[in-house]
Amino acid sequence: MAPAFHKAHKHVEFFLQQLVNGITLGGVYALVALGYTMVYGIIQLINFAHGEIFAAGGYMGVILISWLVSQGYPPFICLSVALVLAMGYCALLAMAVEKLAYKPLRSSSRLSVLLSALGMSIFLQNGLMLTQGVYDRAYPGEMVQGGFEIGGAVISYMQIVIVGITVLLLVGLNILVFKTRIGKAMRATAQDKTMSALVGINSSRIISLTFAIGAALACAAGIMVGMYYGSVRYDMGFVPGVKAFSAAVLGGIGNITGAMLGGLIIGMIEVFAAGYISSEYKDVFAFIILIGVLYFMPTGIMGENVDDTRV
Amino acid sequence: MTQQPILELKNVSAAYGRINAIKDISLKVYPGEVVSIIGANGAGKSTTLMSISCVLPITGGEIYYDGERIDGTPADLLPSRGLCQVPEGRRIFPRLTVEENLDMGAFFRKDKAGIEHDMNRVFQLFPILLERRRQHGGTLSGGEQQMLAMGRALMSRPRLLLLDEPSLGLAPLIVQQIFRIIREINEADGVTVVLVEQNANLALQASTRGYVLETGNVIMEDEAKALLANPDIRKAYLGE
Repeated sequence: MAPAFHKAHKHVEFFLQQLVNGITLGGVYALVALGYTMVYGIIQLINFAHGEIFAAGGYMGVILISWLVSQGYPPFICLSVALVLAMGYCALLAMAVEKLAYKPLRSSSRLSVLLSALGMSIFLQNGLMLTQGVYDRAYPGEMVQGGFEIGGAVISYMQIVIVGITVLLLVGLNILVFKTRIGKAMRATAQDKTMSALVGINSSRIISLTFAIGAALACAAGIMVGMYYGSVRYDMGFVPGVKAFSAAVLGGIGNITGAMLGGLIIGMIEVFAAGYISSEYKDVFAFIILIGVLYFMPTGIMGENVDDTRV
Repeated sequence: MTQQPILELKNVSAAYGRINAIKDISLKVYPGEVVSIIGANGAGKSTTLMSISCVLPITGGEIYYDGERIDGTPADLLPSRGLCQVPEGRRIFPRLTVEENLDMGAFFRKDKAGIEHDMNRVFQLFPILLERRRQHGGTLSGGEQQMLAMGRALMSRPRLLLLDEPSLGLAPLIVQQIFRIIREINEADGVTVVLVEQNANLALQASTRGYVLETGNVIMEDEAKALLANPDIRKAYLGE
């Protein structure tokens, strides 16, 4: 093989590898971004505590999976049972946060609710720290191992599992929001709360449900990030939270398809920037995008003018 | 009339911002009637309807629907009891399709067959909506939106329908069509209608009785025919 060809081949391999990694990470960001965008769509609040729900999900996952593995259940059972239970837990947690910290401020200024959200974020993060400790907690290593090679890129079974779960959840959410009656009611409430009350929709219940759905998705993302990187930490929610928020803004805040798209783009950019520019500055790129979008295109890719999938 | 009113307001006061307040309003609506509330801009007509729908908390008085006191109940519980409003400006859900908007009108109902039947009925009343059923509500013209808003209200099978300015901003031909349908749902379906209008002439002609509202007070109530013949009313509201 000529050296030049070999070199080009290496480039293709590297590119493919980054593509696979980017899809994996982007899907996870998309899941978290949906929670931001749906809550914003329905009550115009940037829910700063959302990243902490993601972290709480990661922790609940490690606790449940460790216990289930120690009981000798097969990995598939461990993962699916832990996912379902942890998602339920996070949904309840987010509903409690909403009831406690946001609902009493429903008629206050948006700034008050925003500050309340910031406070909730600090409270939840410290709660995690106090109950779970300040050190990393490892996910059981023997969950999903191995992988295979395609065109020189290594795809781990873990990545397959993560992308599979992500796709399942995204499709499920789309069906819920755009095909079911409760999804219609969510969109109606986001569009006009007075009118939705006049047709008999209980907007408090719909808002609560929106928080629950967003939290369940973030929880799944937290578990998958924990499995992917092998551990969780009490402050793991902050950076992915801000990146997912950037993704929601990039996609057009309030727009569901936009959040999915934005998550994928942010994930790709991060992975490719880490691979081709500098891995030490990988976190910076998401924020550069955020600033750029806010400066040049504040409505995002799917914002205002492309209405179809706004909640 | 000796029967029980379907709707009764006793000395109701409420405020919507600073200018659109109502003070001590009392009115009665009997089953099967079309009652119009006429008055100038800012007289408190919409405030009255929003108070009846419990969207706006009242500051004094009592509201009875079907003999039961309803003021203070959550607004979203009223449609299932047959009290329904088509608010000012129609308030179509702009990014739901026509079909979805209609389905939301029947949100509290679980009878699939009945909902489908009623949707077909709405499409019969307003054939244009059938043509546009997959279009977003926000893309409809003003007249089509008014039809959709009324169709959406009918989807809840109302017994008392509150209509706020159904003629506002519409072409005369469309207005005629809307009023023909108001008469039809009143006569054929027995729906009681409360009609708020600036176009007093039109409203009174379609009504059995009317109330005249001025700066938040009821200044006159009478049979619609009598109001139409009243020289003061003709001068103040009928443009003579």
